[in-house]
Amino acid sequence: MKRLPIATLATRSLIAAFTLGWTLLLSAVDRDYGLSPVKIAEDTWVLTGRSEDFSFSNGGNIVNTAFIVTRDGVVVIDSGPSRLYGEQLRRSIARLTDKPVRLVLNTHHHPDHFLGNQAFPAGTLAALPATINGIHDEGGSLNENMYRLAGDWMAGTDPVTPGRALAAGPLEIGDHRFELIALDGHTDADLAVLDRSTGVLFAGDLVFNDRAPTTPHARLPRWQAALDQLEKTGFRTLVPGHGPVASDAGPIRQTRAWLAWLDQTLRRAADDGFDMTEVLAITPPAEFRRLAVVEAEYRRSVGQLYPAYEQRALSKEAGRP
Amino acid sequence: MKIPAIAAVLLACACSLGQAAAPAERRTDPLRSDPLDSPRWADMRKEMFPAGARVVFDERVRVTAPLTAENAMNVPVSVDAGALGEVQEILVFADFNPIVRIVRFEPAGAYPGLGFRIKLQQSTPVRAAARTADGSWHVGGAWVNTAGGGCTLPSTGSSSPEWQKRLGEVSSRVWERKEGGERVRLRIIHPIDTGLAAGIPAFFLQDLLLADSTGRPLMRIEGFEPIAENPVFTVDIPAGRTAAGYRVSGRDNNGNAISAVIEK
Ligand SMILES: [Zn+2]
Repeated sequence: MKRLPIATLATRSLIAAFTLGWTLLLSAVDRDYGLSPVKIAEDTWVLTGRSEDFSFSNGGNIVNTAFIVTRDGVVVIDSGPSRLYGEQLRRSIARLTDKPVRLVLNTHHHPDHFLGNQAFPAGTLAALPATINGIHDEGGSLNENMYRLAGDWMAGTDPVTPGRALAAGPLEIGDHRFELIALDGHTDADLAVLDRSTGVLFAGDLVFNDRAPTTPHARLPRWQAALDQLEKTGFRTLVPGHGPVASDAGPIRQTRAWLAWLDQTLRRAADDGFDMTEVLAITPPAEFRRLAVVEAEYRRSVGQLYPAYEQRALSKEAGRP
Repeated sequence: MKIPAIAAVLLACACSLGQAAAPAERRTDPLRSDPLDSPRWADMRKEMFPAGARVVFDERVRVTAPLTAENAMNVPVSVDAGALGEVQEILVFADFNPIVRIVRFEPAGAYPGLGFRIKLQQSTPVRAAARTADGSWHVGGAWVNTAGGGCTLPSTGSSSPEWQKRLGEVSSRVWERKEGGERVRLRIIHPIDTGLAAGIPAFFLQDLLLADSTGRPLMRIEGFEPIAENPVFTVDIPAGRTAAGYRVSGRDNNGNAISAVIEK
């Protein structure tokens, strides 16, 4: 809403009261994410979210989740944005196999990647140590924020911290040989999973495809280094954290190009003495216009990242009293 | 609101008396058509300006702020009243903030504009009112939409011992501007608490003076509670007032001094 017309305040509280009532009623009705797993390789299914911002209409389903049906049970990669999503993901799995879920990996501690954890047995939940800490420390506030953004889709959702800490290296489950790759840069711990048996690389949010990357916990140089490493893994199929599945390194290069532009733009702006409002007025160049939600993500990234660039620029002249 | 209710009522009465006494002024006053269409404007008119003062909406006062601000704790705003020519003082306020006043500054030699960042509690107009030498106030503004909460959250500084060691520390830099003159940007380590988060008293920058190295004042800044934590200010100095160096001095509401040399 752009403007608040006169008399809206009173109307608003009335509407709020009604909305609350309806929300309570509606939450009893089963909301449906319409999850439809797509088989992308032998034993491997992906559920692709929308290339949007979190909203009441998408219920937070802007994320890609995946599962691999091994001979010894199912490995799930990311559990989605809500308890409801997790439950519906679990039902989608059960429609395709009667094997139990053995392992649920949270690639990193962003809400759309772990708030479905409640739907799975606690013993199956696993993540890198810093991700476990992130979920433990920030899970509550991230969950509250998701209630604000996605409304009643979140009903009954509480953060669940994985109990099992993962380390980088090979992991064999059933007939699948996985390589756990511990990286960082999108957050302090970003898990990528390469299934050597199929050549599928699950990149988590280190890779976005045709959707502008999010940066609330980002460290851009580390992230760029992580992308270099992912490109060398020799994958056949690439599952990004957000956006369509790919069969080449295009999304890695696209993500890297965006991060490089962002880094350079913010550094130059800070070195040239730009005020933050002037940085917000910069328009991302044409090559990035096709990325979904690029304007909103640019704006958020400036807010999240510019103060650090600014501080570095202001501290440059050392030796002052 | 920090103003006690009784004072607010008295102020409101004084204003309506003042207005009744000057019907001619009211007729020529275009304020009934607030370009931002805010239900709070009538109150703002009474609270922010002396009774009988001439107050006009004026597009020459530009307020630049994001239409949507995701982080309500740190909303960038810049004010530019340069198109008015000489300006005595500029008052920045937000209609729907629990503490309405944000900052007041006097560009005594500096360009009549300022960049800074603020905390917002909810979606609101952010306005700048510039007083020209004839005593009239020229009001510009912009709506900022935000999920809010910025005013009732404790600062991150208040929970960390870090700022206590560095309180009042200033980092700064001077740039030459292509269009002539110079730009000074400075950042001050200060947690800035609004006093609205439970158990944490108000703690904010009250006075800042930017002067040239000979002591001639360039910009006086009076801060209020909604200025964002570790405030950053952007000040432009016209070509005729640039100097070999600058200095900043001031204090917060607890009397802690701020003093730093800004070298080129
Ligand atoms: Zn993420």
